[in-house]
Amino acid sequence: MSTEFATVAEIAGAVGSGERSALDVLNEHLARIQQNEAEIHAFNTIVTDRARARAAEIDAAVAAGQDLGPLAGVPIALKDNMCTRGVPTTCSSKILENWVPPYNATVVERLAAAGAVVVGKTNLDEFAMGSSTENSAFGPTRNPLDPSRVPGGSSGGSAAAVAAGFAAASLGSDTGGSIRQPAALCGLVGMKPTYGAVSRYGLVAFASSLDQIGPFTHTVADSAAVFDVIAGHDQWDSTSIPQAHEPVSGVLDQGIEGLRVGVISELTGQGVDSFEPEVVEAALKAAEALAAAGAKVEEVSIPTAVAGLSAYYMIAPAEASSNLARYDGVRYGLREPGPNTASMMAATRTAGFGDEVKRRIMLGTYALSAGYYDAFYGKAQRIRTLMIREFDRVYENHDVLLSPTSPCVAFEFGAKADPVTMYYNDVCTIPSNLTGHPAMSVPFGTGAHDLPVGVQILAPMLGEPVMYRVAAALEHLT
Amino acid sequence: MSTQADSSLREPLTTDDVAKVAHLALLELTDDELTVFTGQLDAVLDLAEQLNQFDVDDVPPTAHPFGLVNVFREDVPVTGEDADSIREEALAAGPEIEAHQFKVPPALGEAP
Repeated sequence: MSTEFATVAEIAGAVGSGERSALDVLNEHLARIQQNEAEIHAFNTIVTDRARARAAEIDAAVAAGQDLGPLAGVPIALKDNMCTRGVPTTCSSKILENWVPPYNATVVERLAAAGAVVVGKTNLDEFAMGSSTENSAFGPTRNPLDPSRVPGGSSGGSAAAVAAGFAAASLGSDTGGSIRQPAALCGLVGMKPTYGAVSRYGLVAFASSLDQIGPFTHTVADSAAVFDVIAGHDQWDSTSIPQAHEPVSGVLDQGIEGLRVGVISELTGQGVDSFEPEVVEAALKAAEALAAAGAKVEEVSIPTAVAGLSAYYMIAPAEASSNLARYDGVRYGLREPGPNTASMMAATRTAGFGDEVKRRIMLGTYALSAGYYDAFYGKAQRIRTLMIREFDRVYENHDVLLSPTSPCVAFEFGAKADPVTMYYNDVCTIPSNLTGHPAMSVPFGTGAHDLPVGVQILAPMLGEPVMYRVAAALEHLT
Repeated sequence: MSTQADSSLREPLTTDDVAKVAHLALLELTDDELTVFTGQLDAVLDLAEQLNQFDVDDVPPTAHPFGLVNVFREDVPVTGEDADSIREEALAAGPEIEAHQFKVPPALGEAP
């Protein structure tokens, strides 16, 4: 992927060799923020002074001949649902507007150890619930490629920050597509790792059986570099996979000769009438390009693929209703006064949560309530099992699968005001969250209004190496 | 998605249902909000009815992609100069603090 901005690899190479100072790199990014952030609104918080101090530390380490990490001097933005000690972490919610965490998320510690320079905390749909960043309590983020359109969501600020050159890479979180869909809409590489591959310690919980942290970058190699830094077992996350991370940066040039690629027919053929045709065409063209480059490509069927959306919109709200019960005005965040504890809590939650968060809390509460549990939540959990079985069966004969990432290119603000219409944005990305498998979006051509289109590569559990090989190949074939 | 009432296996959601759920979730809704949310939540439950096209009676539920089991580590207290600081930072995040504890209005009755 050619880009007008310096890549992670270029910056780390130049800073590590002393060719450029980390401060110089940072100032270049801060200048672009200064110039364009008022329009884009990628950030909730920009930590200029901290970032300058950190860059100066990196430069001092270079001067002292110290061994720097693989992200030396790389300006990075963090979704504002990852805890940063001493820096507000708001989840773009009024209920956490003034919260300053007393600890760092594990990913924040790992980025720091690798030499990265955090520039700020990025805007999101409140508590990561949404697909456009319009649900932020602090106002929407605009797509740098066309500011009349959304950047996608929920990690829209993280996507916009990289697309606008405010940071060379960023981290987002992906519960139903919140990294991959904004990556597609902003023309970036976005990756959701295998569930448990990256620690979620310090990630504010939305739906705990689905949430994963992953990178936004301009290139596949940059994505691999950031993933290699943040992945690996963490004793502070009980869902962390207890084994060493197998680096993916070294496999990118291994090619795709003989790899078996399946194209998911439910997401590219009949039944996707509501998809924009260019988006489906891009996935099919990507499959053709891979076939021409030596892969074996065929159609595969995952009958539950589309129904995953229905299962997800029971499971995720159910988990959210439980996770968000902690926001009660007692230990952190907003408190609205009330004559007793219960009324204080209700007043706080009523004033502190936006409409989409309230919808999902109520939906989840309903799905979990006596009399409805089996019909809704229980049924969704059984569909989840069925979906995992279907994918496992297809992966017996395929290395990776392909589909569009999003049913459409970046849309205009307000275009999907109806909640269920908005939920359909996630139809292609949700299956990988329900199965726990890795998936990533790679830019592949353009669609309506000359806006970027993303193609999604799906792989089985811990299949990141083969997934990245295919991504690297597609990047050169586009 | 099917939104045909006659194909539905359930009664439509009522404002009373949503008022009950809001109460359980500690949320207060105005009458207007109650009406709007009821329609929106009913539409999502229509979406959920797609699940009925699959026969899953004999399929076990999945709560977690790996089948979560308990994970334990040694219970070692964090000590050193940082420990007090972390405690104070955590307390400082509370809306009302007294004697190093979080303070709330009365749980029973009402504040005078």
